[in-house]
Amino acid sequence: MSIFLTLLRRELAAFFYSINGYLIIAAVALLIGESFSTVIAILGSDPSPMPVTELFYSTNYFWMIVLLAAPVMTMRLFALEKASGTFETLMTTQIGDVAVVAAKFCGAIFFYLVAWLPLLLCLLIVGHYARQHTGLDAGTVGGMFLGIFLIGCLFISLGCFASAITNSQMAAAMVSFVLGMSLFSLAFLAKALPPNSDLTQIIPYFNLFDQMDSFARGVVDTRVIIFYLSASFFFLFLTLRVVESRRWK
Amino acid sequence: MIEVSNLTKRYAGRTAVDDISFTVARGEIVGLLGPNGAGKSTTMRVLSGFMPATSGTVRVGGFDVFHDADEARRRIGYMPENNPLYPEMRVREYLKFRARLKGLGWKNSRSRVDTVMEQCGLKDVGRRIIGQLSKGYKQRVGLADALVHEPELIILDEPTVGLDPHQIRSVRTLIKSLAGKHTVLISTHILPEVEMMCGRVLIMFGGRVLASDTPENLQLRMAGGSQVITEIAAPEKALREAWDGLPEVEQFNVSASDGKFFRCALIARDGFDLRATVFAITQKNGWELRELTRSRHSLEDVYVQVTKPSQEERE
Repeated sequence: MSIFLTLLRRELAAFFYSINGYLIIAAVALLIGESFSTVIAILGSDPSPMPVTELFYSTNYFWMIVLLAAPVMTMRLFALEKASGTFETLMTTQIGDVAVVAAKFCGAIFFYLVAWLPLLLCLLIVGHYARQHTGLDAGTVGGMFLGIFLIGCLFISLGCFASAITNSQMAAAMVSFVLGMSLFSLAFLAKALPPNSDLTQIIPYFNLFDQMDSFARGVVDTRVIIFYLSASFFFLFLTLRVVESRRWK
Repeated sequence: MIEVSNLTKRYAGRTAVDDISFTVARGEIVGLLGPNGAGKSTTMRVLSGFMPATSGTVRVGGFDVFHDADEARRRIGYMPENNPLYPEMRVREYLKFRARLKGLGWKNSRSRVDTVMEQCGLKDVGRRIIGQLSKGYKQRVGLADALVHEPELIILDEPTVGLDPHQIRSVRTLIKSLAGKHTVLISTHILPEVEMMCGRVLIMFGGRVLASDTPENLQLRMAGGSQVITEIAAPEKALREAWDGLPEVEQFNVSASDGKFFRCALIARDGFDLRATVFAITQKNGWELRELTRSRHSLEDVYVQVTKPSQEERE
């Protein structure tokens, strides 16, 4: 456990000691700010029945952030260590592969959540100046961030996998972007297909849009939580297999 | 300390290490010498437990590096090729991080980091960022990392590559100072380095170990012995007759030097040392002698003769 914490500290240091980390945070903050100004414009023109968090989600900047930021955050994780050779020094110590994958994933998720913090500030500003407080309560904010966390888990585990299979950061970012876009397209497909047809029993689970929309409204469905967590575990498992693969004969 | 038996490592379609066996005793400093692509780094990667062997076994301190990986790794300090480090970390922070990864506790890691920083001359740069250090200092950080958990065996892959002569000298001194306490395996393609540091040399080429001996013995084995150069003032004919009459001389060459002197190059049979004989002959004949040296085959000759890659490359 203490070795895991040591590794996690090092991962977080790699994010926060580098200019890249702050560039990513700034870019995400910019997109959140854009969506904030859009939300303010909507709220100013006509009153909306939607909760503020759902308004934020409906600006679609949300997907831009997830699709672009996750590959950029994760591309470094394994690819850079492999390219620079530190992967070799790392893997010849007494740490297990599981600890390495877990620490890298947790570090990236933490950084991802930190990058989302400006949204909380935006919500507080809206909440502070809104005349009525029904549009914003702890439930909707909590639901929104739970959704952000779960979708983050999925896309960052995808990114981990992409980074583990190559030693070029560029290739890692592209692979994880393409995988992310495929998931995104699958969500379109899931939305377009008629519900309850036998063939597509699994497809509706990929309807990321409606799921995230419910989270933004403060509706939490355990089936969805389990779907996201198991999908993330699946990709982390694949990552682990890739990391182990150098030991295969 | 190291027992390698029938180690083979194949990458897709290419055999990097081909059925090699060797042992290294405790406290030895052994140099792994060979041209690029001879399989040195691959051997070291397998030894360090980073990659498994395709076949064969490697034991370090009696533990199989693949099956008893934890126990073996505890005994190995490994510095890979190009000495990879995290450039954004500070020296002390990095060593502490590495010590923790190698299973040292908080207190223990602190005192060990202090010790190795002292040992490797890093006391003054503890707070510096690794990326901003000179290459020589980076190399010392890599060495300190290899030493931090007090391993019995230290594996260094090309530790002096890319350093300037001063830095090379200090790194070599550092490595020499490890002798006795640790077993050291160094790979290099720089010959003088091996002659200076190692008690034993393994020459690798094309994935095989072609020779394994002390540098001195390897030199002795070369071309059946040594060559003696001498300059003597004597009639040329008399000199030729004298060398012809010596059964120990296999080949000789007499050429005119300046003045009345002749330069003779004599190759002895079976490693025989001709110097005393030559001196006795000049004494007996009353010739004037102004030079008498034995030119020994350098390790470089051994290396070139054993590996002979250049011929193919030239063609």
